[in-house]
Amino acid sequence: MTGLRLLRYIVRRLLQAVPVILGVTVLCFLLLQLAPGDLAEVLAGESGGASAEYIQDLRARYGLDKPVLVQLGVYVKNVIFFDLGFSFRHSANVSDLLLERMMPTLLLMGTTLVLSVGVGALSGLFAAIWVRTWRDHIISLGAIVAYATPLFWVGLMLILVFSVWLDWFPTSGMENVVMFHEGWDRVVDIAHHLVLPAITLSLFYLALYARLMRATMLEQRGLDYVTTAKAKGLTERQITFRHVLRNALLPVVTMAGVQVGALLGGSVVVESVFAWPGLGQLAFEALFSRDFNLLLGIFFISACLVVFVNIVVDVIYVLLDPRIRVDE
Amino acid sequence: MNTFRQRFFGNPRVIGGLAWLGLVIMVAIAAPLLSPHHPFEIVAQPFLIPSVEHPFGTDSLGRSIWAGLVHGARTTLVIAILATLASVAFGTLVGALAGYFGGWVDDGLMRLTEFFQTIPSFIFAIVLVAILTPSATSLIVAIAVVSWPPIARVVRGEVLSVKAREYVQAAVLVGQEDMAILFRQVLPNTLSPLIVTGSLLVATAILVESALSFLGLGAPNLMSWGFMVGAGRSFLRDAWWLVTIPGVAILLTVLSINLVGEGLNDALNPRLSDL
Amino acid sequence: MSAPILRIEDLRVALPAWSDRPLAVDGVSLAIARNEILCVVGESGSGKSVMAKAVLGLLPAPHVRVVGGAIHFEGRDLLRAEEEEMREVRGGRISMIFQEPMVALNPLMKVGAQTDEIFRVHTDLDAPARRQRVVELFSDVHLPDPERIPDSYPHELSGGQRQRVMIAMALALEPALIIADEPTTALDVTTQAQILTLLKELQGRHGTAVLFITHDFGVVAEVADRVVVMRNGRLVETGATGEVLRAPQADYTKALVAAVPSLHPRHASAPDQPAPALALRGLNKVYGGRAGLFGGPGRRVHAVRDVDLEVPRGRSVALVGESGSGKSTLARCVVGLERADGGDIRLDGENIAGFSRRQLKPYRHLVQMVFQDPFASLNPRHRVGDIIALGPTLRGTPKREAWDRARELLGMVGLQPEAVGRYPHEFSGGQRQRIGIARALAMEPALILADEPVSALDVSVQKQVLDLLDDLRQSLGLSMLFITHDLRVAAHVCEEIAVMRHGAIVERGPTSEIFADPRHEYTRQLLDSVPGKGWEH
Repeated sequence: MTGLRLLRYIVRRLLQAVPVILGVTVLCFLLLQLAPGDLAEVLAGESGGASAEYIQDLRARYGLDKPVLVQLGVYVKNVIFFDLGFSFRHSANVSDLLLERMMPTLLLMGTTLVLSVGVGALSGLFAAIWVRTWRDHIISLGAIVAYATPLFWVGLMLILVFSVWLDWFPTSGMENVVMFHEGWDRVVDIAHHLVLPAITLSLFYLALYARLMRATMLEQRGLDYVTTAKAKGLTERQITFRHVLRNALLPVVTMAGVQVGALLGGSVVVESVFAWPGLGQLAFEALFSRDFNLLLGIFFISACLVVFVNIVVDVIYVLLDPRIRVDE
Repeated sequence: MNTFRQRFFGNPRVIGGLAWLGLVIMVAIAAPLLSPHHPFEIVAQPFLIPSVEHPFGTDSLGRSIWAGLVHGARTTLVIAILATLASVAFGTLVGALAGYFGGWVDDGLMRLTEFFQTIPSFIFAIVLVAILTPSATSLIVAIAVVSWPPIARVVRGEVLSVKAREYVQAAVLVGQEDMAILFRQVLPNTLSPLIVTGSLLVATAILVESALSFLGLGAPNLMSWGFMVGAGRSFLRDAWWLVTIPGVAILLTVLSINLVGEGLNDALNPRLSDL
Repeated sequence: MSAPILRIEDLRVALPAWSDRPLAVDGVSLAIARNEILCVVGESGSGKSVMAKAVLGLLPAPHVRVVGGAIHFEGRDLLRAEEEEMREVRGGRISMIFQEPMVALNPLMKVGAQTDEIFRVHTDLDAPARRQRVVELFSDVHLPDPERIPDSYPHELSGGQRQRVMIAMALALEPALIIADEPTTALDVTTQAQILTLLKELQGRHGTAVLFITHDFGVVAEVADRVVVMRNGRLVETGATGEVLRAPQADYTKALVAAVPSLHPRHASAPDQPAPALALRGLNKVYGGRAGLFGGPGRRVHAVRDVDLEVPRGRSVALVGESGSGKSTLARCVVGLERADGGDIRLDGENIAGFSRRQLKPYRHLVQMVFQDPFASLNPRHRVGDIIALGPTLRGTPKREAWDRARELLGMVGLQPEAVGRYPHEFSGGQRQRIGIARALAMEPALILADEPVSALDVSVQKQVLDLLDDLRQSLGLSMLFITHDLRVAAHVCEEIAVMRHGAIVERGPTSEIFADPRHEYTRQLLDSVPGKGWEH
């Protein structure tokens, strides 16, 4: 695999992503047109008196009185130039808001991804090595229970035990704002706040990857190349780590890619439980205040994120599996 | 070779799962008998601890938690099962057409599927429910809309593999029409993976439904387990059982469905589980 | 015979409780000497592979396990050796070659590294020395470019090259014994001949003993010094190759040997030339070539190129070729499962090339197909009667009548008429193939297209199905296009033969003439590659 070929592959994938992301944007735009109520009504409702003229005036001001297709055309044109519009609710540019709120979400997701894939794959690996022993049973039982637990409930239970009863971790937020920590102290403070949300969001995916890893390890172990390795005189440990492990990781990598969208969705719930100031929270607020520019921006950025992570996952896959040809 | 029945019912996990599911289903059916109170009715003092009269105590408004649990079982199961049926039907249709006809039909339908997988599904579900205004129907629609893509992929893969088998070619050679081949020759042979995926999807649907209800997007006039957790979260410090009890109910139900679904898979594909 | 290096005594291997019989290997004893090739022959389920795996302790525990006997090798009983001792033996003193080299090699690891591993676990050689040995080995097994091949992944090599890598790995430490489990079954005929030659050459040079597992008496005649015949886990007959092949003692061996079709064409070529039931003119089929959005141009494969071919009425024509020759694509074009890109397909004079599915409908019944895989060619959810009667009912025959006809046809193909009410899984492979033939006959076709109809069957059943097809063809006056990779099969049932390679027909004519005097280089090569060609029973 030469670097240049891989680079060409990445560029091609990025180009292919453009229509997908635009498509998602258009779909969401049209969908939001179906929503009852708009920004004008919400604003008017809040200011008390809601005369029809006033609402009409507001609509005209925000361009909401134009035909849907015209609005759509304007929006898509702006998106192509990375102008996501203005959030009238927050009185700020959507892109600025997104940038500000994206970091917490990325931090949460990144930590979760590393934690769930890493610990999940390891647990699955050891469960497979210890298959049908009490250790395997404990890991498998833990995984199947974690796999069935609702995210929001895990979050609340963790808060109950570790914040309310034991007082080890804070109940909400990303940092202790009143302390004005700086530098290293701030990092430690954020990490301290991150522990519970990250565990909450990880648990389900960790279980998923552990179960997948265990199953593929066992499946791979029955394949002929393992018999060959054994016939060459390799020990079980050598067979597991030199031959089976890499083969068994491939489905886990694929699954990690497939699950990124779901992970982003899960973070909405976790952000709500822990008052984590990320995109999910923002989406929720935007939805209820009919701040559709902002909501569309969130969809746009989520789709970009999902597509981007999928490309990264595919590149990892290409590097792991020599059978994949990137120039086709 | 053991029969399917022996492999399925001989599995203790399946028996455990079926036992709990049976209980939940019976409770859901008999809800009005088991709980004389309407779940939203205020029956006693708030925050009562469990007693003989109110087996699981009362919530912050003095509503019976037992009434909530039994009526919640109804809501949760009905919504999850209907949503699953809808998404299995739609996913099967898309996957079968894409896999059987291939070419531009396949390209188009699979692009559509990818589309739906690119939008973070839970956020999408939230927006859908909000747009359709929260109700049982909109929950079902939203869950179905975000859950069909995996079904479509499974069915497409199966159809592709069955389509390549020689009995399908034989049917073409004796002049059977495409739709008849798809429904008589191909689809019946994709049933077992579909049943397994579908049964596991019920579990996912319950999780999505309760998460939506937890966030306050549930059907407003129907009690559900997710809603109970959401309503209790502000009182976590003082009345932790308000959150814990319905959560455990969700956990056990989802766990049971997963156990039964896996048992089905093991029983239908015995080779995988034996080696 | 010199002192045996491996002695198996009364070996018994148990199968799991849910199997159809308790023992996979039931009291087998045999011995193999230095510098000897011992062939173990048997059909599927005979326990030959299980026995081979038991020698190296490679059985899939805990389901299949040894329950009795002893395996003596170099002064110890392998069944009672410690795991560590066994690892020394595996790869070091006894090595193994498997049937399907694609799955027997780790797909994610370069073949050089997979070979290198043997030196790493068994010797103290440093990296450059090990690399040196790998290159030497690869050159020993005549791999092209042995300096570069070690850096290839398995999928980058051809089937024959992969099997050479497996052989190189097996030879790495000059073992005393090589166990070869159907090492050429997954390969094309010409590749098989090369690999067999290589194995014999290397075995002669190193004086290694070889335990060779096979189902093919042709291969036995080609390589074996001695033969052991197994059936249902028991040893049926053993002896020197010449004797067993010439004068088998056990009834089962006799039947097996007799079931191998002779290379002498059975049908004399008829002098007259009736009008063709099927005539192909300039047939072409090209796959791929469509450029994807943002993608480069797809790969084009010219699967069938300018093919002219006739099947005279009432005659049987064999289309012979190796995998990838385009013979199956040609068949799919003829029956309308693929649309040809150019040329004529004349059925009884009518050109049906380029017809849509709707247009084809009135012609469908004229050609029917008998498929290769008896386990995939019958819908497991339909009853045999429905399977056979489907075609006629779609053409308007009343259901009751079609079912009566199905019963009749089942009788014709040698099954009980009551079989109509049963499901395919209740039948063996050979019986299913008979059901497939009945289904084809139900349409009352003029031409039967048989695509490798016996290649998935056991030897003893193959000949029965071939004879059935041949008898039916003659008694019903059918024409047949018979696709096969096996020249013995072609000689048994066909009056004419066409040899196909790289999508084109290189030679065609009466079978007896071509077998006696092949004109084309490739035809000669094919004939030379038939295992056991010198042997006639």
